[in-house]
Amino acid sequence: MNIQIRPILVALRRHKAGTLLIALQIALTLAIVCNALFIIHQRLANLSEASGVDEADVFVVANYWADVNRSTEQVDAQVRADLAALRQLPAVLDATPASGYPLRGGGWDNFVTKTPDQVKPTTDAAVYTGDEHFIDTLGLKLVAGRNFRPDEVMVMGTQQAITPPTAIVSKALAERLFPGGDALGKSFYAMGTTPSTIIGIVDPLHRQGVDSSSNSYAGQALIWPLRADDSKGIYYIVRAKPGQLAAAMREAPKALFAQSRMRIIDPKDGVQDYATIRHKVFDSDRGMAILMGIICAVLLAITAAGIVGLTSFWVGQRRRQIGVRRALGARQRDILAYFLTENFLISVAGVALGTVLAIVFNLWTMTRFAMAPMSMAYVGVGVLVLLLLGQGAVLAPALRASRVPPVEATRGS
Amino acid sequence: MFRYYIDLALRSLGRNKVLTALMVLAIALGIGASMTTLTVLHVLSGDPLPGRSGTLYYPQIDPRDSQGYLPGKTPPMDQVTWTDGMNLLRAKRADRQALMTGGDVAVQPGESTLDPFYEDARFTTAGFFPMFGVPFAYGHAWGGAEDEAHARVAVISSTLNDKLFGGKDSTGQTLRLSGTDFRIVGVIGDWNPNPHFYDLDRASYNEDEGVYVPLSTSQDVGMNHDGNVECWGNGGNGINPIHDSPCTWLQFWVQLDSPAKATAYRQFLVNYSEQQKALGRFQRPPNVQLRNVMQWLDYNQVVPDDVRLQNGLAFGFLLVCLVNTVGLMLAKFLRRAGELGVRRALGASKRALFAQLLVEAGVVGMVGGVGGLLLAFAGLWLVRQQPASYAALAHLDPAMLLATFLLALGASLLAGLLPAWRACQIAPALQLKSQ
Repeated sequence: MNIQIRPILVALRRHKAGTLLIALQIALTLAIVCNALFIIHQRLANLSEASGVDEADVFVVANYWADVNRSTEQVDAQVRADLAALRQLPAVLDATPASGYPLRGGGWDNFVTKTPDQVKPTTDAAVYTGDEHFIDTLGLKLVAGRNFRPDEVMVMGTQQAITPPTAIVSKALAERLFPGGDALGKSFYAMGTTPSTIIGIVDPLHRQGVDSSSNSYAGQALIWPLRADDSKGIYYIVRAKPGQLAAAMREAPKALFAQSRMRIIDPKDGVQDYATIRHKVFDSDRGMAILMGIICAVLLAITAAGIVGLTSFWVGQRRRQIGVRRALGARQRDILAYFLTENFLISVAGVALGTVLAIVFNLWTMTRFAMAPMSMAYVGVGVLVLLLLGQGAVLAPALRASRVPPVEATRGS
Repeated sequence: MFRYYIDLALRSLGRNKVLTALMVLAIALGIGASMTTLTVLHVLSGDPLPGRSGTLYYPQIDPRDSQGYLPGKTPPMDQVTWTDGMNLLRAKRADRQALMTGGDVAVQPGESTLDPFYEDARFTTAGFFPMFGVPFAYGHAWGGAEDEAHARVAVISSTLNDKLFGGKDSTGQTLRLSGTDFRIVGVIGDWNPNPHFYDLDRASYNEDEGVYVPLSTSQDVGMNHDGNVECWGNGGNGINPIHDSPCTWLQFWVQLDSPAKATAYRQFLVNYSEQQKALGRFQRPPNVQLRNVMQWLDYNQVVPDDVRLQNGLAFGFLLVCLVNTVGLMLAKFLRRAGELGVRRALGASKRALFAQLLVEAGVVGMVGGVGGLLLAFAGLWLVRQQPASYAALAHLDPAMLLATFLLALGASLLAGLLPAWRACQIAPALQLKSQ
């Protein structure tokens, strides 16, 4: 097959406006599509972030006290009784009190320093509180050190600031504070005047928040041995025995109300399993990914339709010229190749411009929305998709052109 | 003449149904997508208190220690401490002022069959209601005397009033909140400022506070604070703020009726900071800001990033749709070179031809606009199904409705300009000869 590029270029020069429009449309589509693909990929990556929690068996009870005028001792007694009741349930493996839980969508975090008088904080950590059952209830993997002992668990009442002398930290936090890998036994300060010593390291443990502001502190969390007996309420994190999640979620609120009626557990979302928690916290990411997907699909369809429309017009305009070529000996496949090549040349010009636009668009999102730089792989995929799309779109009109009979040359149009 | 052109346009559009449908669809999709995101953006960046927001200001000061202070670079704190809030409130240097914070209270319905439930609450001083122009369905706000007396009085929202009292006038009734009895003095009418400008640390949109009680009283009866607490130094820890801790957790708003008063108030904030520094409470040189409502919303970038990103993408999408329509119109107009040649030969001027083709483009735009409007309605319905806090606000208002049509018409006329101009350049003789 011998394809003459020069005649194509000469012909295109006579259709400057149309050629430029197709090239421009391909360029814009490429710029939007590869940025959208990049956003989709990022958001989908968020959806599968590991929390460290044994999500299949764990659920959370948001327990509020109806009577807030109780002393810390009274609340603590109630919390202990509640926990004992929860742990005795046949479908329950373990339970812990907590002030927050991974993937909650935001919550308590503290700046962390290595010395008490440090001006600039070393980093930031999500703060979890719980008793000696916390690690086992969540199903966290202890990769170094030990768990809390019951005698290390302290009580923190409403409006109290307590810094326990021991803490378990996530591996990410340990490595950020002590890059040498010898964090165990070392101490840090988390907005308190007394240090906490690292007695154990877990990996992984997600933060409570998932927003972009906590990206630079990803996976950095600390656990303090505290029962946060706030007069407002408390979270109970409960781990069901394998396969008994539904039963445990039914039993838990009943058992708590049997302990005391002076509590509020929202009938709608007071008891949530981890599937729900994960679904909720990543809702906007999933929504954005779906929206981007739709935009990409519609955009590609419109661009394809535009190419079909303009090429059909060109074919209609050149029926006589095609007839002449056929009469002079051009085969059907030569005509087909002519239009495919023509589209390819336009598309190449389009994707070249599109690559520049895509990078400009990415730079704009980087400055305006603090997005990461886009890998050129997305541009590569986009270029490939658009070249194939162009060839696919031009195929139908080109086939129609190839079937123009040579006798067309003799007809006065 | 115009009607004749419309007639011609409709005939011409009817001849190439597929091409016409493609053009209408492209315009409709582009308009639908951009109007959906533009409406969301418009709703989310709206003025929460039109006519009033220009005189409402949010004073910011910087009570932190000198650690980490970069002159001119470190912004002052977003909220105030209890001590500063009370000092500024008692100074009474503004036309009106209110100190407030968010919280939540356990509502224990008396005789009704409802279970106790938690309700978002606002702990504030009396200035809140007249300053923000809060309308009352029943009763009235509490006054400064009740603030001083730590009175057990409450104002509730109409939503909560519907839930607890079936919408009847509940003033004078007793309501048990977090274990303490309160007397209801007022029920708020239709009032739901969006964005929730006076406290952005909770949800920025569609925040639904049911209970308002005096700040002083809320502290007496140990009601729970809910909102951002920012501490510095080594004094802060935990989730609940205390009055003398180095933590900011309250919002302070003032009303200043003239720019001169705003300038004077700013100077007062500088003087206050200097005085506190002299007393040893503050360590930094005066670091103050005084923003009005819209400036405050802008500073906090209250419109979610995702919404702005979507808006940018939607307009890129509209651009592609427009380029596409230009291409299709070009094909369509040039294909009719013969017909246009005949009209030229019969005496139609280039200008008349140009007008005729633009009318045709306009017809495409109008039909596309209607399609785009339907798509925007569908798009906004989809947005409302989203779980985001602002979702329920996404409705098309008359201004945006008009904007949709103008955008569609403008876009299609713009898209028709080049093809129409090209088509008018045809030499009539050449076209007639080839017939």
